[in-house]
Amino acid sequence: MQQDNFDMMSTKENIESKTSSEEKKKKEMIMFLSSSEEKEHFLSKANRKLLSDPLDDNNPITVQVLGICSALAITVQLKPAIVMSLAVVFVMAFSNMIISMLRNSIPSRIRIIVQLVVVAAMVILVDQILKAYAFDVSKELSIFIGLIITNCIIMGRLEAFALGNGVYKSFLDGIGNAAGYGLILIIIAFFRELFGSGTLLGYDVVSWTGLYDAGYENNGFFLLSPMALIVVGIVIWVQRSRNRKLIEEN
Amino acid sequence: MELINLFTKSIFIENMVFAYFLGMCSYLAVSKTVKTAVGLGAAVIFVLAVTVPVNYLIDTYFLQQGALTWLSPEFAEVDLSFLTFIMFIAVIASMVQLVEMTVEKFAPALHSSLGIFLPLIAVNCAILGGSLFMQQKDFVGIHEAGVYGLGSGIGFFLAILGIAAIREKIAYSNVPAPLKGLGITFIITGLMAIGFMSFMGIDL
Repeated sequence: MQQDNFDMMSTKENIESKTSSEEKKKKEMIMFLSSSEEKEHFLSKANRKLLSDPLDDNNPITVQVLGICSALAITVQLKPAIVMSLAVVFVMAFSNMIISMLRNSIPSRIRIIVQLVVVAAMVILVDQILKAYAFDVSKELSIFIGLIITNCIIMGRLEAFALGNGVYKSFLDGIGNAAGYGLILIIIAFFRELFGSGTLLGYDVVSWTGLYDAGYENNGFFLLSPMALIVVGIVIWVQRSRNRKLIEEN
Repeated sequence: MELINLFTKSIFIENMVFAYFLGMCSYLAVSKTVKTAVGLGAAVIFVLAVTVPVNYLIDTYFLQQGALTWLSPEFAEVDLSFLTFIMFIAVIASMVQLVEMTVEKFAPALHSSLGIFLPLIAVNCAILGGSLFMQQKDFVGIHEAGVYGLGSGIGFFLAILGIAAIREKIAYSNVPAPLKGLGITFIITGLMAIGFMSFMGIDL
């Protein structure tokens, strides 16, 4: 009888401990997914900041100086720039998310190779999709889709953010940074296409306004590579004179 | 003669930095002083000269359509070129690791001056760009790929050396405050690229 009682006690205890461990697991899971101690709203202030910060104060191109390589070469026209931005948003958001999921199981010595493989897999997806549904754009972007792999924004954010933060936050950070990158890309492409070939997204904007009859001519120089650098320089100039705290000391 | 033409072309006319903007991130980040710029430049030359030929071999004997026929004629239809990115980047990352370990073992002095730049190079777009351009150019042999890799590396070296020298001097100039640092570096790079454009008319 005593034995029986004891057994019952132990099973009860067992069940209790089981439920408590399950609860703990559940809690951990929630923590893992939302990565915050308190219940946080999906678009709380901190999360919104993750999205909006990279657009101006912490812009990947003009402030963090990451991802310049591809930013310049594909901005002759607006369309490839938009496609490229979308590709980067996709790659960035998902590789940030995946690395953040794996962050506790990656040995730190080989983390760069793991990151590169994850990013490369994402880029292959984008490349194959573009080849299938937008072949002319994919031809235009040529090797620059492949170069998203070594785009420093992606590696930089993976190293700096995804390895130390939760999945949802990393996802937002990915989207925010890629959007900041895309914003600059689109600004540059807008001016280069407008002044260089007088069109926007292929539509003849300048001839509608009748400027050509008044003697206006396109500035072919904007189509060449040096002008991209100078336009970025000017964008930085404008941004920093608006936002004084970004000015470098030296 | 062909090789000399290819070499000159890859240094000046198709300069990695000024014509294709590859390797810009490290170009801007590591060009504050001439000394570090030389270190990074030398490492890039070395890694490009090694990885482009290796990737050429991988491309010709594994990835292209029909490349596997040396194993068995049945594989003539196999096309593995969708694996290009992942293969190239794996080769580059492991090569960089290998180079770092070799240099550390056999030339500690060189390692202490190059050391920190070597891991950075794995994610330098100029390296992957070199291999991807190599794939587009249909070289006939490994010697052409090697010369192309070496030339591209030297082109990057020249560019980063030039901008580092200019940045050292410009520290004493009176640049408008919002343009200081990054802004003026971009504009100078633009002007340098205009200079390099004068090579464009030369047909080799």
